[in-house]
Amino acid sequence: MRTENQKAWFFVLPVLALVAFNALVPMMTVVNYSVQETFGNNQFFWEGLGWFEQILRSDRFQAALGRQFLFTGMILAIEVPLGIIVALSMPRKGFWVPVCLVLMALPMLIPWNVVGSMWNIFTLPKIGLLGYFLNDVLGINYDMTQQPLSAWITVVVMDVWHWTSLVVLLCYAGLVSIPDAYYQAAKIDGASPWSVFRYIQLPKMKTVLTIAILLRFMDSFNIYTEPFVLTGGGPGNSTTLLSIDLVKIALGQFDLGPAAAMSLIYFAITLLVSWVFYTLMTKDDAE
Amino acid sequence: MAQIKLSNLKHSYMPSPQGPDDYALKEIDVTWRDGGAYALLGPSGCGKSTLLNIISGLLTPSEGQILFDDRDVTALPPDQRNIAQVFQFPVIYDTMTVGENLAFPLKNRGVDAATIKRRVDEIAEMLDVADMLNTKASGLSPDNKQKISMGRGLVRDDVNAVMFDEPLTVIDPHLKWKLRSKLKELHQRVKATMIYVTHDQTEALTFADEVVVMQDGEVVQIGTPVELFERPQHTFVGHFIGSPGMNVLPCETQGNRAIFEGHEVVLEGATLGSGGRTDLGIRPEYVSFGETGIPAHVTKVSDIGRHYVVSAMVGNTALKAVTEHSVPEPGSQVFLQFKPEQSRVYRDGWIATEERVQ
Repeated sequence: MRTENQKAWFFVLPVLALVAFNALVPMMTVVNYSVQETFGNNQFFWEGLGWFEQILRSDRFQAALGRQFLFTGMILAIEVPLGIIVALSMPRKGFWVPVCLVLMALPMLIPWNVVGSMWNIFTLPKIGLLGYFLNDVLGINYDMTQQPLSAWITVVVMDVWHWTSLVVLLCYAGLVSIPDAYYQAAKIDGASPWSVFRYIQLPKMKTVLTIAILLRFMDSFNIYTEPFVLTGGGPGNSTTLLSIDLVKIALGQFDLGPAAAMSLIYFAITLLVSWVFYTLMTKDDAE
Repeated sequence: MAQIKLSNLKHSYMPSPQGPDDYALKEIDVTWRDGGAYALLGPSGCGKSTLLNIISGLLTPSEGQILFDDRDVTALPPDQRNIAQVFQFPVIYDTMTVGENLAFPLKNRGVDAATIKRRVDEIAEMLDVADMLNTKASGLSPDNKQKISMGRGLVRDDVNAVMFDEPLTVIDPHLKWKLRSKLKELHQRVKATMIYVTHDQTEALTFADEVVVMQDGEVVQIGTPVELFERPQHTFVGHFIGSPGMNVLPCETQGNRAIFEGHEVVLEGATLGSGGRTDLGIRPEYVSFGETGIPAHVTKVSDIGRHYVVSAMVGNTALKAVTEHSVPEPGSQVFLQFKPEQSRVYRDGWIATEERVQ
């Protein structure tokens, strides 16, 4: 008979306590709010799943969710291929390696709200360097404070500028871990550059790419600060993503019940999509 | 299939090499016969992998030429040289099946599907992997992966040479022997020129018809395994090949005799040259015990299974002898006899006695 020693669980207890206090308990408060209605004075009335139903049926939520998926879809569609291309064209050894790495890491080191402010000032028509250049030098009618299309382009370009580096650095780490022998063998086998990418580089980058895609999905799906500082969700509601809308409901209108219900739905969607991504991308390994 | 000739080959990894020390390969002149099995043997860092990469075209030599059947291929890239190379670590394409891996070099060269199928089946059968053709290559054991890497080289019927760069490094000991005999068998079947790089003398001596021993970027001796064992041209070869290696004993020369620790030793032939540092070289296998001879003090006896290795001191010099029976006790006094036709003098490392005519 094998006796199992369960004492190891005690080592997990401190972490469990920490997580309970900073995640589980606040989370349960949100769950608590989501099923109740309050008119202040700390008085609560049972509401059941009413808020959930209301949120899911509301046009406002559906529109924000649609914008959120559009935004995240564009971010992934641009940043992942671009990141791979940049990583592939970076030098593997020599003087330029640290230079490239530092340049790549710089945007990621800048705080979100600073990035938002930078791009705001940069793109303002008349005042901003880019805004002025586009409007007055090139004659392109561009105004991210007035035109939804301009606002969208600016928000997307800003995120690409800020976060493509993450994909680049992760892919680069995957690329440099490929032994020279693979490239030499491919040369001897007469493989084309495309085959080298398809059969050597891409499979070797797969693990890091999975992580990169997951991180970029979660981050861009939960994005708040940068678009809030840049456009404040406008013009109109055109760049009001889920998180911006959520904050408007929770802190602007102080509708705690609907906001809590929306938070949970938001969380569930993020979790579900991440799980689907992860399962799809690691499917082959399990076989 | 081709004869491979390396003419006046030199290589340096530095942009402007000054002295001979800057060269990874100093001066290589070798001709390898079409269809032969050769081994490049030497310690790590002796330049053997550099040489291999130059032959396969992954490196361009600083000086000299590589000729395949008298055609100069020095400037050609690897895929145009029609060579195959098996690396130290198995290189397989993870996302492909075993069959797709084997077909890959042919597909890249635009060979028609029917021929690809025929060649892949043939090679798979030769390598005993026919039953794995449809499995994913990533899940295979290291020895099977290495077989697939080999297979990708052999699948092309136009290969000039197949090169192996220490291919058994990651293979389990009990499978090394199997894979090595497989290689030998393959060589007999496909008759391609094969060059096998290794630092393991057993691998080199069992695989090759002829072994090229290298040290510090230079070829020290080229010969059959028997030649390398029986008459090493350099003390390095004597020491590197054999287990234990040749005894290299400081000595003086006097006419056709060597004087070792005050004792006269009869040599295989007349000594050549003069000056320099002189050593007496004799393999432990040719040192025997007798009633008379050079007095020695036994320090240690090791039983290594097939025979005993006796360590002894003659004066202040340590040497080894190999014996199968009549083992002396450690601590005892014995008399050593050196087989005259296997005793020779090395001057500054290089052989300096005339070969005995049989």
